[in-house]
Amino acid sequence: MAELDTSGGGKHKGGKVRSKKASTRVDLTAMVDLAFLLITFFMLTTTLAKPKAMDLAMPDKDEKTKDQLPIAASRSLTLLLGSDNKLEWFLGEPGKSAPTVDNYGPNGLRKMLIEKSKEVQAATGKFMYVVIKPSDRSNYKNMVDVLDEINIANIQGYSIVDITPVEVQLLQKDGLYNDKK
Amino acid sequence: MPRVKVQRKSTAIDMTAMCDVAFLLLTFFILTAKPKPEDPIKAEVPQSVITQPVPDDNMATLTVGQGKVFFSVDGTDVRKQTLQQMAEKYQQKFSQAEYDRFAVTEVFGVPVASLHQFLALTSEQKKTYQQPGIPKDTTANNELFNWIREARVAAKALHNKELRVSIKGDNKEEYPTIKTVISILQKQKVNKFSLITALRAAPKK
Repeated sequence: MAELDTSGGGKHKGGKVRSKKASTRVDLTAMVDLAFLLITFFMLTTTLAKPKAMDLAMPDKDEKTKDQLPIAASRSLTLLLGSDNKLEWFLGEPGKSAPTVDNYGPNGLRKMLIEKSKEVQAATGKFMYVVIKPSDRSNYKNMVDVLDEINIANIQGYSIVDITPVEVQLLQKDGLYNDKK
Repeated sequence: MPRVKVQRKSTAIDMTAMCDVAFLLLTFFILTAKPKPEDPIKAEVPQSVITQPVPDDNMATLTVGQGKVFFSVDGTDVRKQTLQQMAEKYQQKFSQAEYDRFAVTEVFGVPVASLHQFLALTSEQKKTYQQPGIPKDTTANNELFNWIREARVAAKALHNKELRVSIKGDNKEEYPTIKTVISILQKQKVNKFSLITALRAAPKK
């Protein structure tokens, strides 16, 4: 068969015709670029969106349970959650001491909780018990904020209880029972 | 005198190893990625310093926002079983295709009576469909109560595990709605549940 001589010179006179070996190397730069772009995308979309779960235990509503222990009024702190992101708190029984209006956040609720829990601990020798009473005008964020602050202040005993009409009146008196605008 | 010649080196680097590592990481991230279920309503969850992550399976999530409640439960088998029990309870007939479609429905918020209509929608239509939320009231036998109850029964029967219930509430949600949901849970003696929150940096000690 006729063959085309591509060796292009007279060097291989009489020698074997060798085919040129092409390099097997591919330029991987573009591929690596693409891979890293995708890695960045998946990293940002997965790890940052992981939600957290806050465990919450409610008191048993069953009336039949007998093992309920009364908590001394002197070491129970009641938080009334009102409207406009404000809350009120008082120590002991309602009506006995005037409630204090406070805000959520590091300088309001958190400071108060840490101080009061130390005071109660020193006065009675037992931990402080916090009763959370969200009113109908408060929102979900307020409730989670309070639970979070309690967690930060490391308070062992707390519960969420329905608000009583007397306490709603207290909120109304301080103007913390406004409708949503 | 001969001139000193600086030898020129090629600037091309061998990319093979780098490429290997990059694709290994890529595979890892793709496999661990979980598609985020699309919420029918925008629920901006409140922040907390809790760092405990949400468990990956065996969860029922109640999404609360704008006064509506949406229900979702993990696991296609649990979903199917739950729908079967609900169909019996409310005397509804669902076809096999509807069961299959319900098994892949991540989250829903329609009354049982309009489930037929909801399941017939394509995923594109579902995005624009205004879901009214699952009916809930203060009576002992409302639909939300039964959904949670049947899902718990189904999870117990299929996996022999207690189903965990969590509430994913919107920041601005008014407390009465949350109170209703919590009291529905308490009525079936679910006194321990989780609130889904986003992470906030812990305060300095």
